[in-house]
Amino acid sequence: MSNIESDRRHAAAVNAPEDHAPGDEPREDSGRWVRNANIGLGFSVVLTVAAFLLTVSPVIYGPSVPVALIVLAIAQMGVHLVFFLHITTGPDNTNNVLALAFGVLVVFLVVVGSIWIMDHLTHNMMPMEQPMQMGR
Amino acid sequence: MTDIGLPASVEAIRRSHEDPHRLGHTGHGREAPVEGAGHGTTGPANKRILVGYGFWIFLLSDIVMFSCFFAAFAVQRDATAGGPTMADIVDIPRVAIETAALLLSSYTCMLSFAATNARNLLWTQFFLLLTGLLGLVFVLLEAQEFIELVGRGFTPQRSGMLTAFFGLVGLHGLHVTLGGMWLATMMAQVQIKGFRREIVHRLICFNLFWHALDIVWIGIFTIVYLIGSGA
Repeated sequence: MSNIESDRRHAAAVNAPEDHAPGDEPREDSGRWVRNANIGLGFSVVLTVAAFLLTVSPVIYGPSVPVALIVLAIAQMGVHLVFFLHITTGPDNTNNVLALAFGVLVVFLVVVGSIWIMDHLTHNMMPMEQPMQMGR
Repeated sequence: MTDIGLPASVEAIRRSHEDPHRLGHTGHGREAPVEGAGHGTTGPANKRILVGYGFWIFLLSDIVMFSCFFAAFAVQRDATAGGPTMADIVDIPRVAIETAALLLSSYTCMLSFAATNARNLLWTQFFLLLTGLLGLVFVLLEAQEFIELVGRGFTPQRSGMLTAFFGLVGLHGLHVTLGGMWLATMMAQVQIKGFRREIVHRLICFNLFWHALDIVWIGIFTIVYLIGSGA
């Protein structure tokens, strides 16, 4: 729930004929959710189509395609977080954002750390063919 | 703030008119904290905020687990052991349909929650059903892909790359399958019990779960399929 929404709730409390108990939740309007869903779907479709087109069309320099794809993916994840999962900067979202930041940190450490370490291991390994020939 | 002691609610209405997008973030400063957000002296947060937060923590731990499978795939990508490479097994048109199905299901899931907020049973059920059918399309396409691969002899035992591929994509497919079962359960609960508070909370959690699955799929179709097909 965002800040503005809680303000709307105050407005509703003034207008509504009945009171709300503490911790009680008023009804929310559905219009905001539909609008968010439409915006989110629009962005997602654009980003997804762009990603799929990049793989077949020679618009950008070939070796840079993976980087472009990863950028598009991160952008789309951001769109999903904001418009579908409703992670905002509102004060009621501070805890969610902190948890997300920690999650991203762990994901980054696991993925980048694994690739980094295993790449060095592969690099320092003897070529596979030679020891097999020596064994024969 | 004005000098005359207006009721807090009237003050809040005035604030929301003057600064509708909260660019001033007045909730943080000297002025009254936002009710129900668990800040300041306004008491504990709403139950729905707590439920959402708890489920968010679970989802993040789920994503951390997926990141381990992503790391395994990234490391094993070139470990084909003379078998098929990623470019040999990717079928881009099918991945495109799978992506479209999952993205649209995320959209209809959100629409169902909008209908839930409007307390409209018929539209909630309709969009939940649509979400489930799109999820079913996704799972069936993925099953078809796996059966084809195994039919060509590309089993998970064939190479390290295939192990990581089946592990990562299969884990996501398992999540979608379990999510579909949860969805069917929620449809039954909404139908029989109506929009009771705990039912709405479960619908919130289901929405979060379904969107998180879509986020993971973005990573899979980008890193596994699109990058795999090119390089």
